[in-house]
Amino acid sequence: MKITHIAAALAVSMTAAGPVLAETLHFPMFNYRTGPFAPSGIPFADGYQDYLTLVNERDGGIGGVPIRISECETAYNTERGVECYQNIRGDNPLILQPLSTGIVYQIIPRAAEDGIPIHSMGYGRTSAVNGEVFNWTFSYPANYWDGASVLVNHLLDENDGSLDGKKIILLYHNSAYGREAIPTLTHLSERYGFDFQTIAVDSPGQEQGNQWLQIRRERPDYVFLWGWGVMNSVAVQEASNIRFNMNNLYGVWYSGSENDVMPAGAGAHGYRSLAMHGTGRDFPVYEDLQTHVYDRGLAAGAGDQLGSVLYSRGMYAAMLAVEAALTAQKIHGVAAINAAQMRDGMANLVITEERMTELGLGGIGPVFSVSCQNHGGPGQAMIQEWDANAGKWNMITDWIASDRELIMELVQEDSLAYAAENNITPTCMD
Amino acid sequence: MLYREAGDFKTSYPSDSQTFPIRLDRYGYYALLAVAIGVVPFIINDYWANAIVVPFLIYTIAALGLNILIGYCGQLSLRIKGFYLAVATLAAQFFLIWLFTRTGWFFNHSPTGMISAPERTVFGLAVTGPRATAVSAYLICLAFLIALAWLARNLTRGTLGRKWMAIRDMDIAAEIIGVNPLRAKLSAFAVSSFFIGIAGALFFAVYLGAAEAGEAFGIDKSFLVLFMVIIGGLGSIMGSFLGGAFLVIGPVMLKLLLVNQLGWSSDLAAHLEIMIIGALIIVFLILEPHGLTALWRTIKEKLRLWPFPY
Repeated sequence: MKITHIAAALAVSMTAAGPVLAETLHFPMFNYRTGPFAPSGIPFADGYQDYLTLVNERDGGIGGVPIRISECETAYNTERGVECYQNIRGDNPLILQPLSTGIVYQIIPRAAEDGIPIHSMGYGRTSAVNGEVFNWTFSYPANYWDGASVLVNHLLDENDGSLDGKKIILLYHNSAYGREAIPTLTHLSERYGFDFQTIAVDSPGQEQGNQWLQIRRERPDYVFLWGWGVMNSVAVQEASNIRFNMNNLYGVWYSGSENDVMPAGAGAHGYRSLAMHGTGRDFPVYEDLQTHVYDRGLAAGAGDQLGSVLYSRGMYAAMLAVEAALTAQKIHGVAAINAAQMRDGMANLVITEERMTELGLGGIGPVFSVSCQNHGGPGQAMIQEWDANAGKWNMITDWIASDRELIMELVQEDSLAYAAENNITPTCMD
Repeated sequence: MLYREAGDFKTSYPSDSQTFPIRLDRYGYYALLAVAIGVVPFIINDYWANAIVVPFLIYTIAALGLNILIGYCGQLSLRIKGFYLAVATLAAQFFLIWLFTRTGWFFNHSPTGMISAPERTVFGLAVTGPRATAVSAYLICLAFLIALAWLARNLTRGTLGRKWMAIRDMDIAAEIIGVNPLRAKLSAFAVSSFFIGIAGALFFAVYLGAAEAGEAFGIDKSFLVLFMVIIGGLGSIMGSFLGGAFLVIGPVMLKLLLVNQLGWSSDLAAHLEIMIIGALIIVFLILEPHGLTALWRTIKEKLRLWPFPY
């Protein structure tokens, strides 16, 4: 008990001594550069930070106001995530991007109460697409249910429009994240008549012998991989060990990075995954990054992740955040925006092809606009295939649309249940 | 000087067998309690309440509960009987997680297995849910901790506690003097589970607000509480507090020192934190195998004689 009070006394003195920084835009980062999920967390964090550094160095911030970045290490652990959230919530954070579905679930109600917008880009609570219930949560440009539907639509294309009698197994990370896709796939299996089974892998997923034995016994036509961190590379390795046809193994966008396929070497050739954004170093923005960030020694981390899938994802997330801040500045006519104004910027965000090209990121993501009824973007994704010989991902399709009608139906059902549970009256904020 | 016992006479049995026999010690704890109830709620900020003090209070309840089982009753030890028991308990850990992530009823049929705590109020103040203030969360946990610590202290020095300790020290001898081992062990499990159940409910509802069984209550959590008990001191109420403080507040303080004060990068600090806490655990267990509470006992003995040791 005594320690508590010393600590409490210390706290008072520490908060009092905190630096007062005026006129900055606070972009907190919930990173995980440690723990079993670090291989996935590091490139995202690097990409996110490098893009924000670029905006600071090249443009002097957003609308003339410099960006202040703060880092908090979560180790993909929800408890640490809560601690990080408590640490920064009083510090005018503009946007929260924890890159963890578990942490997003924790902070959705708190952030709504505190008035801080969350951008869970392609992860988190899928039913947050309904902006009338989840005023402060955004998940554009796509969500897990879109991902599941895009995969099924792609397979329909490949099989001349019918999946009747096919067998699909979902190999998922046994957590809130991994289970997200199950309801959608169950619905779709009823609609298209394919046999759908699920196999769980407990976190972190280093041991999957049993699961792949079961897959070998079941002889599925396709396997969907819904993993994260070390689970992905183990799954790809195991699949190549049992000589599973890699063209029939499909990962979600969180199972499709270089880290996931490199360890399996040539065995991973032909593995496919969803892509919610473009990847590689061909974007003109890298010239700016080279002059303003890398050459000045300001690159985040070890600087060895440039152009990788997750680095691109971090950069894309940062780009969307900066664009939302610009939109907010335009709407409210102030440069030093607060969290509530940032939310308005996100709720009215419009991403056009011209703007992406102007930023040197042409074609990195889909064209979309956010509305109160749809915080989830267009829900499109591409399919990429790993070329083990060239060591790069190739896009094998254009943007594929998801079955938005079914997804919005499921979103309504789940979000309204949440609203009823938490006494929320669905309404738009603006 | 600090522990002046001169003139501190006991003239009745109740005063002789009270929890804190030294007057100064007693007043010290009362003052601490008064500060915790009367002063801290007014000065504590949200970060300290929600991120540090509330988990400390909750983990302390869990450590108290586990201490009753393994510290006082000696179960889960490496004796043969205890060993089989430990394996059975370990199996229950996996079975229950499996059950709570498989059976829809347990997680309210939510599509992801994630449950969130609805708002609950005490005297009209929200204690769970997003509207709960830091102070109300702190006070509800403090109230539970004070009540449960008081209960644990009095249970362990009464008949029941003496039976547990008799079983712990030598089960055959205990049986000969009339302790029913089955009843003693079962009651230790029951009381311990009661404490830990409260801790788990507070952890989910007050601290986390939303949880998924596999992640929030995985095996690492069980080990964390076990380490608290071992580091704090087996068979000691004080040890549960010290162990909880060491493993909950320690890492956060280290993080604040390295990241917020010294400005080191957060991943480096996270790696260092694992190393430093691990090293501290080893050092403590080598220097003081009976835990922090034995260290505290030694200090207290010294202070009682200071400044004239013999």
